[in-house]
Amino acid sequence: MELAWPDPKDTTVLGKRILRLDGPDKTTGRAKYTYDTNRPRMLWAKYATCPHGHARVKSVDVDAAQKMAGVVAIEVLAPAGSELNVAFSEVAIVAAESEEVAREAVRRIQVEYEVLPHNVVDDDPQLAGASAKPGKANVAGDPDAAFKEAAAVSETEVGCSIITHCCMESHGSAVEVAADGKSLTAWCSTQAISGKNGRFANEAGIGDASTSVAICQHMGGGFGSKFDIDAWGAWAAKLSARTKRPVKVMLERDMELALAGSRPSAFARMRVGCKEDGTVTAWESEAWGSGGNGGGLGVNQLPYVFGNVPNKRTRTTPITTNTGEQRAWRAPSHPQMALLTMAAMSDCAAELGMDELDFFKKNLGYTQRAKVYEEELNLAADLIDWKKKWVPRGDQADGVRHGLGLSIHTWGGGGHDSNVQCTIHPDGAVEIACGTQDLGVGTRTALAIVAAETLGLPLEKIKVSIGDSRLPPSGGSGGSTTIGGISSASRDACVQAANALFEKVAPDLGGDPKKLVAKGGKVYAADNEAKAIPWDVACRSIGAQPQVTTGTQQRSLMQQGVGGAQAAEVEVDVETGIVRVLKLVAVQDCGRIIDLLTAESQVRGALIMGVCSALYEERIMDPVTGTLLNPDMEFYKLAGIADVGELVVKMMETPEHLGRGVVGLGEPPVISPMAAISNAVANAIGARVARCPMTPDRVLAAVGKKKGA
Amino acid sequence: MSNRQEPAPSGFTRRSFLQGMGAGALAAGAGVLSPKIANGAPQDAAKPGLCGPDPVPVTLELNGKKVTLPLEPRVTLLDALRNHLDLTGAKKVCDRATCGACTVLMDGKAVYSCTVLAIEAQGRKIETVEGLAESNQGIAAMQRCFVENDAQQCGFCTPGFVMACESFRRSHPKAARNEVLEGLGGNLCRCGTYHGVTQAVLDAIRGGK
Repeated sequence: MELAWPDPKDTTVLGKRILRLDGPDKTTGRAKYTYDTNRPRMLWAKYATCPHGHARVKSVDVDAAQKMAGVVAIEVLAPAGSELNVAFSEVAIVAAESEEVAREAVRRIQVEYEVLPHNVVDDDPQLAGASAKPGKANVAGDPDAAFKEAAAVSETEVGCSIITHCCMESHGSAVEVAADGKSLTAWCSTQAISGKNGRFANEAGIGDASTSVAICQHMGGGFGSKFDIDAWGAWAAKLSARTKRPVKVMLERDMELALAGSRPSAFARMRVGCKEDGTVTAWESEAWGSGGNGGGLGVNQLPYVFGNVPNKRTRTTPITTNTGEQRAWRAPSHPQMALLTMAAMSDCAAELGMDELDFFKKNLGYTQRAKVYEEELNLAADLIDWKKKWVPRGDQADGVRHGLGLSIHTWGGGGHDSNVQCTIHPDGAVEIACGTQDLGVGTRTALAIVAAETLGLPLEKIKVSIGDSRLPPSGGSGGSTTIGGISSASRDACVQAANALFEKVAPDLGGDPKKLVAKGGKVYAADNEAKAIPWDVACRSIGAQPQVTTGTQQRSLMQQGVGGAQAAEVEVDVETGIVRVLKLVAVQDCGRIIDLLTAESQVRGALIMGVCSALYEERIMDPVTGTLLNPDMEFYKLAGIADVGELVVKMMETPEHLGRGVVGLGEPPVISPMAAISNAVANAIGARVARCPMTPDRVLAAVGKKKGA
Repeated sequence: MSNRQEPAPSGFTRRSFLQGMGAGALAAGAGVLSPKIANGAPQDAAKPGLCGPDPVPVTLELNGKKVTLPLEPRVTLLDALRNHLDLTGAKKVCDRATCGACTVLMDGKAVYSCTVLAIEAQGRKIETVEGLAESNQGIAAMQRCFVENDAQQCGFCTPGFVMACESFRRSHPKAARNEVLEGLGGNLCRCGTYHGVTQAVLDAIRGGK
């Protein structure tokens, strides 16, 4: 059997719509997450946190907490003299017999602070003062001359707020150090389980990773924020070692929203110049924003996708703020760069009086994959009925207005390192083991699909084990690299397994193992299906011990580099400022598809996440106190079921696309929705809403500005 | 526990009031209304029934079975299920009655169990996502419809959504799509499974299940 993926036309389960294997466990509550860990004698640990954006600790008094019945251990994390740079920073941690006692003990810890000056302003470099560090201007070609010669020059000011990951399962771990202190078991909500045993063992002072186990059978969302065990995981291990009891640390929602990762804000003033025919000739952008306390911004590749515009001047100014640090958030920097670029391109089209679709297509020569984008834009336009519904920006009647907008995006992908073990038992049972994790994208199911297809077996026959540090190591789930790594390693392991089995049964099937195929639960020579051996019977030839093969990630089976196009249709009530998404269309290429159903689900999910950042969610900081004003899910707003409109997903399934290797889907489809929705709103109201999320006040401000109010 | 003092005034919210009542926050003395009164029995203003802050026996009618366990009166129904009874299907996400991940049925009606005290839930019929599955040979029709429409990704919001949908279906056996969208506004998902959830509810309604 060849390693190459089978012809898409000949597959039974590969690339079809396959229900995820853990669906029944998740819908019935049987699926156990880290947060669900209950161990005998387990302690709960909770944090006391700082209410100020920037402060020095003057004193910490834990006496009252210490005296409480049920409090087992308290550790002061920020003793007198410590400087804390972000609201909700950890000051002390309490381990107690129950969650209620731990919370109450935290409230009894008395901390005195010297409040220090802070900056939480990330949307105005002037106001941010010394916290803003202007970068150098990058110049290509002759932008000044190009602007002078341009037939139309547009000006755009747009941006987006800091958002957080807001994982449904908060960050955390539960750790149980054995009574002899020489081993531990850790349950960790993580995007990277392989190797986590060593991290916990180290923190617990065990000093031997081989005696420790880390488990993540199910996890409630990560989106880029859950790669490390983090300080809270370390404290679960330390407190367990100290108290000789299991300890669970799950962040309260406020701390999760404040500290456990965020996506930088990005704002820009941009000018775009173009010729009469719509060809862009000049680009200028002045961008700023904040990645929080650690600084960093990341939007330094403007214009996005249309990168080869010949004449450009760009500059970025990162601002350091007293807010929680950034972490990778699905497709780091790309959604922000897409918003800035697509808004500026859309405004230039409007300035010139050209259809946005034609304008985007006219400039695809500046992208890395003009043909793919052209194909995808045409499909997206058809699916949203662009030709019939699009009208130029202008004077729609007051009341509810209607608009369409576009965006295109790109992402790399590629596959990470992965090891997959395929065990075939002499009775025909098949086990697939891989130290990967399923963030909810269907990793478990994908491993089974590849094995079932390769071995010609029904899915039910494949038993998959993941989410355990004892399994063959596999990479962390980031950058859309999981599916490439695990699917190609699974294919490799199973092709080796099939070929080893073929060697053993060949004498009964014409003698040539190269002619054998495994299909429909049988093994037979390709030219003699009549003389087939059932799978279970064939496996008897394995002998007494199970047959084990190990596969690794295969460059020939995976690839990187995808493109996608999205279109949005909105209604905007210019009297209330409320935007309603009517329809979103996503056209996405991801090379070879493993499970069409979970691929489509992931794209739909990305569209919904994009609606959240376009219209609802943002981290709101108080400039006076420097604290987070919306540290809960009532005011850190996510879209609800009625807010997302109709979602249309079209995966590129032409032979050309499917003929490529596997490429991940975690990042690409989440990049464009905010940009496409911003453009649709601009199309509807004839003005650019300056900031996402496009809350009613911001929409009304844009409407008012246009009217000269 | 009688040595407890006033909770620090900072960070005092409606919810910390709810959970901190056992800590002596009430001027009248440490404690909360007794189960009898909490259940809506006539209240004698002169002799309010009090209990706590130490654990008191609490009897819950859970998935058709009566369970009695000692609980501090401040323990929420969600924490009683998850931390004391190891029924971890209902999830703790916002912990503030916003997201619906903790949804269970109380006398058939969907409630946010993070904001119901266990002691208040006495005498009510509590149905959890586990109970729904058990009483339907391991997986109920609504749960199957979720699976078939791929209405779960990370799955952390899913049990709460399943219970909210089940309650909605029972009370709206002929609901149309727009009613489904309106009726399920009380649950949030981060991965973005709303499309599948909507289809699942419509399928379950169509199936008359």
